[in-house]
Amino acid sequence: MLRVLALISIIALSAFAAGDASFEATKRELNIPAIIMFFAFIVFTLGLTVWAARRTKSASDFYTAGGGITGFQNGLAIAGDYMSAAAFLGVSGLIYLKGYDGVIYAVSFLVGWPIILFFMAEKLRNLGKFTFADIAAYRLSQKEIRTLAAFGTLSVVVLYLIAQMVGAGKLIQVLFGMEYEFAVILVGVMMIIYVTFGGMLATTWVQIIKACLLLSGVSFMAVMVLYHFNFNFESLAVAASENHKDKESILSPGGFISDPISAISLGMALMFGTAGLPHVLMRFFTVGNAKEARKSVVYATGFVGYFWIIITIVGFGAIAFLNTDAGAQYFTDGKLFGGNNMASIHLSHMLGGNAFLGFISAVAFATILAVVSGLTLSGASAISHDLYSNVINPNATDEQVVKISRITVVVVGFVGVLLGIAFEQQNIAYMVGLAFGIAASANFPILFLSIYWRGLTTRGAFLGGLTGLITAVTLVIVGPIVWVQILGNEEALFPYKHPALFSVTVAFISIWFFSKTDSSERGKAEKELFRAQNIRANTGIGAAGAVDH
Amino acid sequence: MKDELVERIENNPKYDELVSKKNSLGIKLGIFVLVMFYAYILTIAFNKEILATKIGDGVTTIAFPIALAILIISFLTTLVYVKKANGEFEDLINDIKDDVKDVM
Repeated sequence: MLRVLALISIIALSAFAAGDASFEATKRELNIPAIIMFFAFIVFTLGLTVWAARRTKSASDFYTAGGGITGFQNGLAIAGDYMSAAAFLGVSGLIYLKGYDGVIYAVSFLVGWPIILFFMAEKLRNLGKFTFADIAAYRLSQKEIRTLAAFGTLSVVVLYLIAQMVGAGKLIQVLFGMEYEFAVILVGVMMIIYVTFGGMLATTWVQIIKACLLLSGVSFMAVMVLYHFNFNFESLAVAASENHKDKESILSPGGFISDPISAISLGMALMFGTAGLPHVLMRFFTVGNAKEARKSVVYATGFVGYFWIIITIVGFGAIAFLNTDAGAQYFTDGKLFGGNNMASIHLSHMLGGNAFLGFISAVAFATILAVVSGLTLSGASAISHDLYSNVINPNATDEQVVKISRITVVVVGFVGVLLGIAFEQQNIAYMVGLAFGIAASANFPILFLSIYWRGLTTRGAFLGGLTGLITAVTLVIVGPIVWVQILGNEEALFPYKHPALFSVTVAFISIWFFSKTDSSERGKAEKELFRAQNIRANTGIGAAGAVDH
Repeated sequence: MKDELVERIENNPKYDELVSKKNSLGIKLGIFVLVMFYAYILTIAFNKEILATKIGDGVTTIAFPIALAILIISFLTTLVYVKKANGEFEDLINDIKDDVKDVM
């Protein structure tokens, strides 16, 4: 195994070297500290993967790190999943561009967490094993529900994966001057190594290390910004509003949310979407019991909340520092080099020179690697655990399942690289929004009703869930972005960018309707099974235990 | 799970207590967070001028402390829930487990 690892790292390194060769074309100076720190991170995480690989033997090790992660560690890992490149670079870039409107986004991203804690976290832990389909299919027919859940998982994972891949490619292109394709391939190769060899244990630790690096890096930036203004937010606000073309209007809500329907719809997508993201949900199976599952949400909420506070300071700091004479070096033709998403990266150079730029760049890259690894593992578990070992070959041994999982990881990684290259020009933030919308409309309603509603039957969950999925996708296609901006039509058939308010409602109503009208014997038996399921959900009696590492 | 175990737990008054206490705390805190969040979002949608009110003589608006408060209060609600759930509710669960030890 070590030999394979070494071989793959050599391929990764040569891809990197090939990128260096094309440096002159992009007219960016070679950032030595960034490359050193980037390699330090890679070497360290590869060492970690070797350690994790020795401890990853059974399917349970592979998918859930044997259930031996503590609440604190899991909280950091969940926060890490949430603090993706879209969150770090995207939201700080949004604040740099629009001021307070970016803060609204940050606030909306956090409030889903308490809701997950109150209604989902401990029930997920008590009922699930490897994937959220374990819960949805707990008392329903395995075949239909797992197939639907696997497709729900894969659509969310693929959209999210493309968004991260495109982000990674662009970021590395700007930072290191590498070719876009090489950058995407490098990310693909690294994540395949982490996940195939180290499974969930390596994936979790990569996420934890990255979360610590990201939190300390951004904290340092925020402190440096505030230090410059004598730790007085008012002075920062004055400087920012003087340097921004919109002046003081950046300090209050602008045109980001214009009508109540869009506002509620976006809020719903962010809130319920969080509770339907397969790569976040699977983290609840890595802790030992319901107590640790609850604790992990408290830690995650704390870390993510803190992250949004410092990102706000960094975003306004970027306005105050970059839009000055000293910041002119980061602009070409009046535009920020690499786009607004690079605002915090340029700010790090202004605040701490090449060394700090190197650190923040390496952290941004680590962020992408860690998030795509989690996504890939989640996609692989949908195929190998839900489809292969529960639908195609129910008699599969543990070894066969792990083997299939590893093959699937390679396939998912490969597909991710191809799609990342194909979708180079797509808008990242929009694809993430779409992933949240599908998670909220297809995954969340089935999961929520299977936990709380005795009357749910296989027919209801399958037909209703499918209706929700189709509604969400259709409304997106006929909505303003795809119908008008991409397909070039005059006017959108559906006026709102975010369909969640409608598609989530449709999903709930159709699941309810198809369950209510189900008078089959199977439906009756499924309702009867709710009693035992509810006891396990509430008390944890009969739930899978933990392995100590 | 054996039918006998299901019967025994469902007939245990502590199980009723656990479920009703847990649900009521979750729903109360959940509604609190939702009302707080949607009050904020709908203020932005309908009457964003209120949030443009400046603090004292400065340029900073009240929108900043409000956003900060929502982040902090959301976090505090998770603390309240976990303190209750990992203490009182876990005790009830352990009592229930003790009561049905012989059929588990």
